[in-house]
Parts: sequence; C-alpha cells; structure tokens
Amino acid sequence: MIALNLIYATYAIWLREVKVFFREKERVVSAIVTPLLWILIFGAGLGSSVKINGIDYQRFIFPGIVGMAVLFGSIFYGLYVIWDRKLDFLKEVLVAPVPRSAVFIGKMLGGASDVLLQIAILLAIGVALGMTTTMSAILSFAVCILLSFCIVSLGLIIGANMKSPEGFNLIMSFVLWPMFMLSGALFPVENLPAYLAVLIPLNPLSYGVDLLRYVMLGGRTAFGVATDLMSLGLFSIVFAAAGIYSFEKMKM
Amino acid sequence: MSAIEIVKLKKYFGKIAAVNGISLKIEEGEIFAILGPNGAGKTTTIFMLCGLLQPDEGTATVAGFDVTREPFKVRQKIGVVFQSPSVDDLLTGRENLEMHAMLYGMPLDQIGKRIDTMLRLVGLEERQHSQVREYSGGMRRRLEIARGLLHHPKVLFLDEPTIGLDPQTRQHIWNYIRRLSEKEKVTIVFTTHYLEEAERFADRVAIIDKGKIIAVGQPKRLIESLGGDTAFFKTAQPEKVASKMKKMNGILNVKVIGDQIKATVKNPQKQLPIIFRRFRSIKSVALQPATLNDLFMKYTGKQIREEEGEGGYHERIMRSQRE
Repeated sequence: MIALNLIYATYAIWLREVKVFFREKERVVSAIVTPLLWILIFGAGLGSSVKINGIDYQRFIFPGIVGMAVLFGSIFYGLYVIWDRKLDFLKEVLVAPVPRSAVFIGKMLGGASDVLLQIAILLAIGVALGMTTTMSAILSFAVCILLSFCIVSLGLIIGANMKSPEGFNLIMSFVLWPMFMLSGALFPVENLPAYLAVLIPLNPLSYGVDLLRYVMLGGRTAFGVATDLMSLGLFSIVFAAAGIYSFEKMKM
Repeated sequence: MSAIEIVKLKKYFGKIAAVNGISLKIEEGEIFAILGPNGAGKTTTIFMLCGLLQPDEGTATVAGFDVTREPFKVRQKIGVVFQSPSVDDLLTGRENLEMHAMLYGMPLDQIGKRIDTMLRLVGLEERQHSQVREYSGGMRRRLEIARGLLHHPKVLFLDEPTIGLDPQTRQHIWNYIRRLSEKEKVTIVFTTHYLEEAERFADRVAIIDKGKIIAVGQPKRLIESLGGDTAFFKTAQPEKVASKMKKMNGILNVKVIGDQIKATVKNPQKQLPIIFRRFRSIKSVALQPATLNDLFMKYTGKQIREEEGEGGYHERIMRSQRE
C-alpha cells in the first residue's frame, strides 16, 4: 500500500514536469534550435576546412551535439528547481506526506523525459539530414536515456543547493561550458595535452559522447564500451544518491 | 482530544528567537487565529506545525501526532494554504487538484468525485480547465483552499489567507472558509495581521509579538477585558473635569491631552449621558470602540500595523510568474 502510494506520488510529480514542459513552448523550441545551429552553422563552417579521422566534421560533431543537448537540457532543468522554490510550488510538494526521495525521483524522471523528447526530435532531424542512420539513432536514444538520468541528477543537485537564480552565470561558466568543451563533443580527446587530458575522465559527459560517437560512427572508442557504460552507471548512482541527500537537506 | 497542543515551542534563526517559547492548545472544530505584526513569528510557528521547520526546543502535536517524530502522519492529517501562491501556473485548476490527490495517496476511484465537490464549493467549476495563470488572485486563493481540504484533513492551516486581496475579495474568501469549515468539520488555524479578521471570524485568538504569546482568548472577551471603549472629551476645563472623572466608577485611564480628556469608559451607552449631565462644560465626545489593537497597545506599547511589509499577494504573483 505504501509502496503504491510512493509510485502515485512519483508519477504525480513526473506528470507535472512533463505537462509544464509541453506548455512552455519557448523552452522546447530553443532546446531544438540551439543544437541545430551548432550542427548547421558551426559544423558546416568548420567542416568546410576540417576533417577528423577521415570523417566529415559535421558528421563527427553530431554525436557531440546530441550529448550537448542532453547536458544543457538536463542542467537547465535542474536549475529550474530554484524557480519552483521561488514560485513556492515546491512547498506544496514538500508539505505532502511524501518522502523527499520520491520527490527527487519524480523530478529526475520528469527531467529525463523532457530531455529525451528533445533528443528524439534532434535525432529524427539528424536522420532526415543524413547525419546518421535510423538504427544508430535508436541506439543513440538508448544511450541518452542513461546519460540523461546521470546529468539530470547532477542538475538537480546544483538546483537544490543554489540559493538564488543569480548564480546561474557562474554555473554556465564553471559547469556547463567546461563540461561541454572537455567532453570530446567538438574534437577528439585522444591527442590532448596532458593538463587537459586529465580532466576528460572526470567528466561524465565524456563517456556519453564516446558511446554516442561509437554507435553513430562505429570504429574506435576512447575508453571502451564497457568502461563507458560502467562509468555512466556509477556517476548516475552517485549523483542520484547525492541528489536525494540534497533534496532532504533542502530548505524553503 | 485537542487538535493541536504546543508546549514551549522555540525556533532560533541565528541568535534571534523567531518563536520564543509558545504554549497553546487548540480544540477540535475551533477556528483559531494567530494575530500579530509582520515578523512576530506567525509563519515560523505554522511551518513548525506542518513539519517544514524543525523546532529547536519544545514539542508540538497535531491531530495526535508529534510533529518531529511522526511528520508523515502529521502531514497526512493537515492541509496548508501558504502565504504566497503555491499553485502551479501552467497547470489547470483541476490538474493542480489531481496532482495533490495523488501526492496524498487518495484512492483513485474517489479522486474525481471529490475534486468535483470541492470545485463546486469554491465556485471554480466553470474555470477548472483553464490554466491557473489566467486566474485572478481571489480565484487562486479559492483553488488553494479547495486543495488544502481535498484530502479530508483534520486541521487546515491558512497563513495570511487574504493578504493583499481587495476588501471585497477578502470578504468572499472568508465566506468560503466559514462555509467549508462547517461542511468539512475541520479545525482551522489561520494567521493574520488584519485585526478585524481575527475579531470577526475566529472563535479564539492568540496575539503574538516577538515570538511570544501576549494574550489568548475569545476576541470578545479579550476586548471586554480592556474595561471599555476609548472616549475623547472636549472641554474648556480639562484638568478640573479630569480630576473629578478619575473618582467615578467605570472610567479608567483618565488622561489629559491638550484640550481633550482621553479615558476608557465602560458601557458607554449608559455612562456617556451620565457624564454629560454631570460635566456641563463638555462640548463634544468622540468614541473609539475597543479593538484587539488596543489590547496589543496595552501589552506592547505599539500598534499592529496593517500595511504589508513583504508585498501583497498580487505582487507575489507578479514576481513569481515565470518569465
């Protein structure tokens, strides 16, 4: 009975997140348009003079841009918790007879759903433009499920611990851009100078991008498929645990 | 059994005691007001009773459960209407209620019916499928009240339920609250800094200031305990009249202020004619009926200010709306 109630509560929170997402059209549109700009302008622009490992640059960065879409979508979603708090909507949830872990899981699944919907659209566009195949897109989607659990949890940790939206720019400068640039999304990570190379394995997105590139372009992986999967799994578990802890500590 | 029992409750923020040793019993079915100026500790008290803040000292039980040891049981038994709007703008009125029902683990086959009933009771049936961002301040409040009562709580907490609403809307909200409290047989605890709301709508009131209770009782009794209404007499010989007045029964706190005499007059309907007959030099009198504010003045030496320090409900809605 109690377990059933937990599932309802988690479902209720998930449902709210998904409904809100669909009603904020601007968010959906910008979540799709930004990655397309990267692919169509940056990818084509740099691609006109650069090839990587014999692969057309646009095709090379497509997996990276999918990873970026997961990263930005997930972190922005997590930062949204601040709005929830400002809106006082969160009070309604926190005063309900529901453990914080269920609140966290509901929000995590809600955020992952939002992100995965954006990814599905992005992958469909990728297939339409000939950047990848249908089969690769489906496998990529599966990778993104795991990756979004991981990064949404990270976003929620940040959101739960941030006091006000003013810290937003700091998160951009110190979390989002470094994670994006040091993930191998835009360039291969194998030949980097040592001081940068040490940072790559600490970044969960590196494993996601590595896996995505593997399923889309085939051939070599930087870390190996098993390492990628295990690392992502491990990061997800650690982030989820830290996220639940942060939600339990969270004050109004 | 009391609906709420608070014993020596304390909460510190840093070194400041926001709630400084409050003890209180609230009986089942009562409409109970916590009256005090901004920053008196009203919201902090409510938050502790809802389990949203941990008390630093003392204990509190709500609906028979200890707020620190059994917070989930307490939460199941209470409904809360927060000071600032906590309904989701982008959901419809009905969706907000559906989510609440699921969070409180209501049996799925009863949810639809119960929501219909509550929407009807607060007059939002026709707007139930509109997103809340299209609602007025009063409608949001009504939706929150319906939501607070949806899961059949034993106690409903209302933190400044009419803050920032215009007087007519405030009156409406109170009509709804009173009607619902009768229908749902629920104990109601509300905080307010509006004197007349505590006087008119509460069975009993606790007046608090700086985290301490300064008086508890029925509003009427508390006002009576002041000994009468305040009268201002105008006369050419204030000193002379005042010294004689001081000796009369039923007249208290006689004071000369300029060319006026200020005094507390018990039962003024009977006493004023007698005073007029006795002191022919009195030209006019202004009578101020006693209010809880006078009681507050008596104990603290200051007024309960009615302006809103923290911004009204509408401002909060404006501020809180998503960009």
